[in-house]
Amino acid sequence: MDDFIAARSQMALSLGFHIIYSCIGMVMPVFMAISHYKWIKTKNQVYKNVTIAWSKGVAIFFATGAVSGTMLSFELGLLWPGFMKHAGPIFGMPFSLEGTAFFIEAIALGFFLYGWNKLNTWFHWFTGVVVGLSGIASGILVVSANSWMNSPSGFDYVNGKYLNINPLKAMLNEAWFSEALHMTIAAFSATGFAVAGIHALMIYRKRNVNFHTKSFKIAIVFGAAAAILQPLSGDISAKGAAKRQPAKLAAMEAYFHTQEYAPLVIGGIPDTAAKKVNYGLEIPGLLSFLVHDNFKTTVNALDKIPVKDQPPVAVTHYAFQIMVGIGTLMMFIGILYFVALWKKKEWLTKAWFLKLFIIATPTGFIALEAGWTVTEVGRQPWIIQGVMRTADAVTKMPGIQYTFYLFTFIYFTLSVFVIFLLKRQIQMVPELYDR
Amino acid sequence: MLYIVILFLFASITLYFLLGGADFGAGIIELFTSTDNKHRTRKTMYQAIGPVWEANHMWLIITVVILFVGFPDIYSEMCTYLHIPLLILLLGIIARGTAFTFRNYDAIKGERTQNLYNHLFIYSSFVTPMFLGIIAGSALSGQIDPTAKDFAHAYIFSWFNWFSVAVGLFTVALCGFLAAIYIVGETDDVNDIKRYIKKAKVSNIAAVFCGGLVFIASEIEHVGLSHWIFGNPLSLAAVIAATLSLILLWFIISEKRNRQWIRLLAAFQVSMILISVGATRFPRFVIFKGGSSMSLLTDHATVNTIDDLGIGLLVGSLFILPALGYLYYSFRWKDR
Repeated sequence: MDDFIAARSQMALSLGFHIIYSCIGMVMPVFMAISHYKWIKTKNQVYKNVTIAWSKGVAIFFATGAVSGTMLSFELGLLWPGFMKHAGPIFGMPFSLEGTAFFIEAIALGFFLYGWNKLNTWFHWFTGVVVGLSGIASGILVVSANSWMNSPSGFDYVNGKYLNINPLKAMLNEAWFSEALHMTIAAFSATGFAVAGIHALMIYRKRNVNFHTKSFKIAIVFGAAAAILQPLSGDISAKGAAKRQPAKLAAMEAYFHTQEYAPLVIGGIPDTAAKKVNYGLEIPGLLSFLVHDNFKTTVNALDKIPVKDQPPVAVTHYAFQIMVGIGTLMMFIGILYFVALWKKKEWLTKAWFLKLFIIATPTGFIALEAGWTVTEVGRQPWIIQGVMRTADAVTKMPGIQYTFYLFTFIYFTLSVFVIFLLKRQIQMVPELYDR
Repeated sequence: MLYIVILFLFASITLYFLLGGADFGAGIIELFTSTDNKHRTRKTMYQAIGPVWEANHMWLIITVVILFVGFPDIYSEMCTYLHIPLLILLLGIIARGTAFTFRNYDAIKGERTQNLYNHLFIYSSFVTPMFLGIIAGSALSGQIDPTAKDFAHAYIFSWFNWFSVAVGLFTVALCGFLAAIYIVGETDDVNDIKRYIKKAKVSNIAAVFCGGLVFIASEIEHVGLSHWIFGNPLSLAAVIAATLSLILLWFIISEKRNRQWIRLLAAFQVSMILISVGATRFPRFVIFKGGSSMSLLTDHATVNTIDDLGIGLLVGSLFILPALGYLYYSFRWKDR
């Protein structure tokens, strides 16, 4: 394996796993705090049990998220020293603030996990809320670093030199708002669906129905609401990509020829050599409308981008289709849930209804991974859009393929452990909490 | 502002050593505890580090962030030539961080799984500080050779040398020493206290021995450590202070009322060692083969970045330090 491909694969793998751990680690504390609040207000023991059970999940995911995040902060330098050398001082601001947020999260988690029966009830609850808030803040700040790579700002690039560096301006880059919004909503919908799906399975199997029903409700309300909001934020993101990264947008849509009434292609197999999409469903004018709010306006296609600056079209297109397809499906499931909640209470306990949510367990995370694939692959060949090529940033140390194999092994082992531990936590619910 | 950033850098490294290092030490102590007492020791240590565990390891993240934001050239050079020890360090961090959490949050406490977590925890507690030491030693030893033509000289001998390995062992011994001292105050059982004091003394002897090895290795590799330390008044003063505190520590260690004092003394002693080493080469942070070096005072990011980083760190510490202080107060102080 080529060192460059190995480095990219290792980074993709590390990010791919870290994203799952950290999303759960930032959203579950919110669920936990809601359940905790209900316990304090109602004194219903089930809510306390749910809170404690979830807090164990949070502890497991926080630990894995923390180590995988530590790994990433090193891997940035280990794999991309050429990038960090120049980018570090420019996009470092969100990282230093994220360090603070992460630190606060770790402190608050210490209070929360060990504070039962020791701290004042409301202070204890508050520390749980702080875990959630600082987790979300960390996520939003880290996304700023990524959005800077998509829309670099806060410096002048003159003759290969990075001048007039302004870290604050770099942090407040144009793409930050849309990317952070999209990502935060995605974290809530993915985690909400995943957590709800597991509890739905337990309800379906008639295990500790009361415990799991309460858990299911808290998780799915967030998951469903986020899934319904997500298409709106997706629209903001797509308009931003059209403006700042036309190559990425064109690759997402597998849109080869610049034209008026630009069509939206649904599905299909892009043929990059022949510059066309086979077996796709074309809706004329829709892309123009989505990007410019007008069916006629011309949208720039891949033919406006030099071939050497084009991202891999097929991967970006497929990933985008998967994300949008699953996202739409989740939106409908979300709507269905609220219909059931407000109008058709009897559905909530029906087997078909529960099965739907059981099947939907991994959907959010599949869409999330697909979305990150769009963002990252769609930016290629650039590591800093229009400024630095990924190939120029890679380490000069040979043999990266071996570290890639090693990391692959580690992440899979780690994930097997996490799944194993969660399974055991769920398995023990009757004994630990049914008193 | 540059000096504030540098101060934060050294403070983070020191705190990581004093707090995170003691956590590593807990695993090292476990490694050298007889099977009969392992369970008790583990329980005492878990109570001690559980609540502050995650927070203690945040200092490493702060250190890394300061390096790559404020001193990107230094960071990327270290990442390139010390890729392999950094990688092993990471493996240690992963194994440790997860094993510690997993052994506590495995809902079914099965013997085989607990054994697996314990083994992972114990061995990674040894490997991680070992490689932290190796990395620190390599940055100072002058064995990193950017002009090297072959893989072994560029990426292996940069860190695989007597001096770096000796610093690694010294770091392990110091972590064990810190943990042993901290843990003395964690129990009221007279026999346990005796046992821990013995551990503290043994690990102290081990640390002094490994410290001697560092000086010997420095002579073999022509690093010139003794020359640096005795040639620099601040380093010399720090070394003398460390030695005096060591002697004092041996005198007062057995007195029950001195529990908090011996902790402070041990922390003081380790800080003095770090200051002594830091001061000898300051502002140099990485020294290459042939004597050229990278300096904290010249190889830093632009002034704008340093200013913003400094403000970020100052504001951050306004949030972190009181919260961290209260965490320690709640679980490490009020409890007893």
